[in-house]
Amino acid sequence: MSAEIENPVLEIHDLTVTYSKKPVLWDVDMTIPKGSLAGIIGPNGAGKSTLIKSIMGLVPIASGYIKIFDKDLKEVRKNVSYVPQRGSVDWDFPASVVDVVMMGRYGHLGFFNYPKKADKEVALDALRKVGMDAYKNRQISELSGGQQQRVFLARAIAQQADIYFMDEPFAGVDAATERAIISLLKELADKGKTIVVVHHDLQTAPNYFDWMVLLNTRLVAHGPTQEVFNDENLKETYGGKLTLLSEISKLLENKRFPAREAK
Amino acid sequence: MESLLEFFSFSDHNVQSVVIGSIWLTASCAIVGTFSFLKKRTLVGDAVAHSVLPGVCLAFILSGSKNPLYLIPGAFLTGWLSLVLIDKIVAHSKIKEDTAIGLILSVFFGLGILALTYIQHTDYANQSGLDHFLFGKAASIVREDLLIFSVIAIILMISVILYFKEFMLISFDEEFAQSIGVPVRRIELLLTTLTVLAVVIGIQAVGVVLMAAMLITPAAAARFWTNDLKILMLLAALFGAFSGISGAYVSYTAPAMPTGPWIVVILSTIAILSFLFAPTKGTLFRLLKQVKIKRKIKDENTLKTMFYMGEELSSFYHPMEVEEMISKRKMQKSSLEKSLLRLKKEGYLEKEKTGWVLTKAGKEKGQRIVKLHRLWEVYLTKYLNIAPDHVHDDAENIEHVITPELEERLEKLLNYPETDPHQSKIPY
Repeated sequence: MSAEIENPVLEIHDLTVTYSKKPVLWDVDMTIPKGSLAGIIGPNGAGKSTLIKSIMGLVPIASGYIKIFDKDLKEVRKNVSYVPQRGSVDWDFPASVVDVVMMGRYGHLGFFNYPKKADKEVALDALRKVGMDAYKNRQISELSGGQQQRVFLARAIAQQADIYFMDEPFAGVDAATERAIISLLKELADKGKTIVVVHHDLQTAPNYFDWMVLLNTRLVAHGPTQEVFNDENLKETYGGKLTLLSEISKLLENKRFPAREAK
Repeated sequence: MESLLEFFSFSDHNVQSVVIGSIWLTASCAIVGTFSFLKKRTLVGDAVAHSVLPGVCLAFILSGSKNPLYLIPGAFLTGWLSLVLIDKIVAHSKIKEDTAIGLILSVFFGLGILALTYIQHTDYANQSGLDHFLFGKAASIVREDLLIFSVIAIILMISVILYFKEFMLISFDEEFAQSIGVPVRRIELLLTTLTVLAVVIGIQAVGVVLMAAMLITPAAAARFWTNDLKILMLLAALFGAFSGISGAYVSYTAPAMPTGPWIVVILSTIAILSFLFAPTKGTLFRLLKQVKIKRKIKDENTLKTMFYMGEELSSFYHPMEVEEMISKRKMQKSSLEKSLLRLKKEGYLEKEKTGWVLTKAGKEKGQRIVKLHRLWEVYLTKYLNIAPDHVHDDAENIEHVITPELEERLEKLLNYPETDPHQSKIPY
């Protein structure tokens, strides 16, 4: 089941992604409308992170195309923000909170330019929005998990993008941070920004998101939450892998067979 | 001493070249090496260093000259090739990076030693000195070399300044860097090239065997002193330069000594000293902090005990004897006496003929600890459902940690209870 909408801000067509020949995403077709707060939901290993990584051009795609604002990522990069998983970086890195948030401005600066006063103000403003302005000179190694996530969020806000892709922003954060983050995301969505979040807590999902993408290697369903978030779809998403599909995947991997014929 | 003066007067032109050359080499290696250190690719530098040896020998065989103008391109070629091969092996086989580094390092170094032996056993003119590339010889830097080294060192430093932002970004968060359009592969390639260049010129002073230390140790030592990347690089460069000068001095006064090991010994000493004595991160600092915490706990326990005794006597300003305190709470006599003296010095106690007396400040401090102890016991039984006979030991620790802010929150949350779970009155 899938919904077709007009003028989507994100359109994915027939996307297939493989890791060393093994398909982790298979023939995904989906759209996300402007201003939605969308959740990508699915079990571990369903390809949720891979989906947003392929949107950001971080993993090579075997087939299909991705359009953001009806354009290639390259053309609209400054309007797109990506928030990696918190655990993907070394928080012992010698940097302060404001240093990290300032990285959100680098995409606008280009080579050989250094942040100006205006960039600094944007960064500080972003820190205020996530309630971390008191920590701006703190070493990032001294932050708690929730604070680290807030810093990552502030960096994304400093990018002043129109669409945000976030990989598990609620993983391992305290309840207060989770509430703060979700209200901030709702606020951004109300302003017409589009937010796409990888999430795996089914309890909170229907309250957080107004659009949902149910994923388990293949796309199970996507559309407005009240239409797709039902028992039938969830059973299909979480009811184990389709045995035939996963056996074929294994076969491709072991025989080092390409999932798509070479063009 | 005389040699020290002679060395640092720079009256000898050769000394000038050696010193300036050594500073250039070691400082620029330290700066570029900072990123290898931050990217946790420290072994890669080692592989490159060992892999430049066959290139140096090949260049010598082909040109018959020890001029760095020929040797550097040779070294650069094989150093670079080794990195490409490591990447290819990792990308196209099941072999992991550490194994690939080990393989490439030994193969290239083996080839280098073979070539070196070959050169030594043929009658190449002026081949002597080529083996200095193994362990380094700063003293063999001459005026003509200096120009080349300076140019490369300046290229290295300018590149790092120009691309600082990008290097920092790919060291901290590569995926994010790629997502904002930084050409990660090209930046990575540039950084790799700079690392190879740094190694190529650095081996003159340190030699291929110990080159990795020159890249990594300055940054590792500097990390103890600062959390700011720019200062870290500056410190690393300073540490590098200092060891470079020292190595050059050793090389000048004792020509038989290989420079590399000396430089590395000096660098390692700096690193060990940093490890021990740096503020906040140093071991000594941490030890001192532990001692301070232990003292604080002891002193607070002393005041607490005296407060308990005051409660029983219904008089807090009654002189109390050491033996009484020990019978109330098990403490070592000598350590209790030291604690009492400290508290007297800080104004919490006074000594009278018949014993120790709490001052007003001392009574209040003791009272606060007792209050926190009992509040925490209430909190544990009320909010964590822990049995009243289990909460005492917990509270013994926590009472020393609670900050005034937490104290306020605790009081409000529990709404100023009258007694603790053991029916002792909570003093406010």
